[in-house]
Amino acid sequence: MSFLLETKNLSKRFVKHLDLAARMARKIGAEVQEEIVQAVDRVDLCINQGEVVGLVGESGCGKSTFGRMITGILPPSEGTIHYRGKDISNAASPEGRSAALKIQMIFQDPFASLNPRMRVRDIVGEAPKIHGLLDGRSQDDYVASMLEKVGLEASYASRYPHQFSGGQRQRLGVARALAVQPEFLVCDEAVAALDVSIQAQVLNLFMDLREQLNLTYLFISHDLSVVEHISNRVQIMYLGRVVESASTEELFKEPNHPYTQALLNEVPRLDLRKRNYTPVSGEIPSPLDPPSGCHFHPRCPHATSKCRNEMPVLKEIAPGRASACFLNESS
Amino acid sequence: MPESTLDVRHLRTHFFTRDGVAKAVEDISFSLGSGEVLGLVGESGSGKTVTGFSILGLVDAPGKVVGGEILFKGRDLLKLSEEEMRKVRGNQLAMVFQDPMMTLNPVLRIDTQMIEAIQAHQNLGKVAARELARDALGKVGIASPDERLRAYPHQFSGGMRQRVAIAIALLNKPDLIIADEPTTALDVTIQGQILHEVQRLCRETGTSLIWITHDLAVVAGLAERICVMYAGRIVEAGSVDEVLDRPLHPYSKGLIESVPSHNQRGMRLNQIPGMTPSLLSLPEGCAFRTRCPKADEACAGMPSVQKAEGGRHVFCHHPHREAA
Repeated sequence: MSFLLETKNLSKRFVKHLDLAARMARKIGAEVQEEIVQAVDRVDLCINQGEVVGLVGESGCGKSTFGRMITGILPPSEGTIHYRGKDISNAASPEGRSAALKIQMIFQDPFASLNPRMRVRDIVGEAPKIHGLLDGRSQDDYVASMLEKVGLEASYASRYPHQFSGGQRQRLGVARALAVQPEFLVCDEAVAALDVSIQAQVLNLFMDLREQLNLTYLFISHDLSVVEHISNRVQIMYLGRVVESASTEELFKEPNHPYTQALLNEVPRLDLRKRNYTPVSGEIPSPLDPPSGCHFHPRCPHATSKCRNEMPVLKEIAPGRASACFLNESS
Repeated sequence: MPESTLDVRHLRTHFFTRDGVAKAVEDISFSLGSGEVLGLVGESGSGKTVTGFSILGLVDAPGKVVGGEILFKGRDLLKLSEEEMRKVRGNQLAMVFQDPMMTLNPVLRIDTQMIEAIQAHQNLGKVAARELARDALGKVGIASPDERLRAYPHQFSGGMRQRVAIAIALLNKPDLIIADEPTTALDVTIQGQILHEVQRLCRETGTSLIWITHDLAVVAGLAERICVMYAGRIVEAGSVDEVLDRPLHPYSKGLIESVPSHNQRGMRLNQIPGMTPSLLSLPEGCAFRTRCPKADEACAGMPSVQKAEGGRHVFCHHPHREAA
């Protein structure tokens, strides 16, 4: 069976090149090195048609970078992305360009992601016009139908973004993404900036649209309760690597990786009252200087000398479940 | 019953803008005992931050506290002069903000800032003040506080900065800390660490705490009592268990039911229709009635505070009755 989207060994390195002074200093023997951040480290991900996959991690774990590579905003340093069996790793290739239209992104900040000087008509209608998707209809009719799809009034088309509330703007972002008739949506923290009651509305919108338009989602978030609700499968990332991947049900019932366990423990829940918080110790390490071996070992309660020296690989521990931890080998 | 640390009565804070008067806080009352943790919950624009600012006397023009009393250990803070208020603020009464950089000066070292805060309120020498600062850093879980004292704020991570801000709030052993969304900008594991420290410190020192947040789940694990705010008013108040398990006000009920973990996975979430109205154009009567499933003609008239069992208050014409 072929997947809708498949990444293999997908990596992204950001390199801060040395400036002239540093290069000269190095020539005369100073120990200056280029700063390299391995933002995403060999991530494999397969997504089936119609699936919702949650990508969870804390800040700096590379989840947004991963989403940006899939949408073609950032070129990958290594590895491949296949969409419907075609290699789209090169965003400038014909395959890459046609896939870029089918894969759309919804951003976190509904205030920064809309051009404040464009009217809604142009924000939503510009891309379909350029790509010739209006099929005879006028732009106004098309924009009106998109606005209705996301629960906004068609009469809003001549307004500017500042005339909308946060939740409405996020709906505009969705309308803009839907306007080019995508098959796949990458939602990067799409509800993180919204109030609880508005968040519920936008999540419902995502679920409705998925049914109506047969969409597939990659749902990037740090909020486990949101991901638990909307996803079929979840991948947990820590400092650029996937540490665990499982179906939502299994992951939340029986987290395998110590980091996943810690995350699940930390999530505040409505039904846990007056609890004693028992936090994982330590900070999230800087991706500039990640720990050796397993990235989580300085914070892990079960770390051994093997964890410090060797890097665990993501291994299948049960059908459809994978975890990158040495603890699974000993037992 | 012990005397309450803070007693807010009929507080009203209005903002006089060009487009009209925004009643950011309208007639709210609550009290807080010694060592108690109160959760003040609401969505953006509900007036929860302005409530905190009003208590500390930090409301700037065009805003103004136009009525009510804020009794802090028996003294009405609203009647104090600015000079007297300065002696209370940062001393017996401290605030932690959402963004720690609002507390910290980016161009001063941590020790300079902390010693300044101590010497403003206590007659202590520099060496003694420094020792106090170091102990405070250690208390909030910062490793090697001696070295960290000499660092600048930009050398800390977000979570560490928030710890420093909390340490500064603790310096003069306040009786009350007002924490305004202090963990909202932090990662889950870091939030857990901060909640752990705050909980421990409140238990150890008997400091009262007002925790302002939009996140019901955080309050559920931390607070004893909870006040839910909507459009400038407290619509429901009571113990955490009572309010979260058996909400009386349709807004609190809707808010709790829209939390994903409260819903069956993959099913549509229960949502509150519509959006928060602008404070400048609130509906007549109950501000929630345009979004409320139980609203009728009576709701066009202003509801009154109704008392329910267990010391609960609800501001509604048609509160949910206990499930029969």
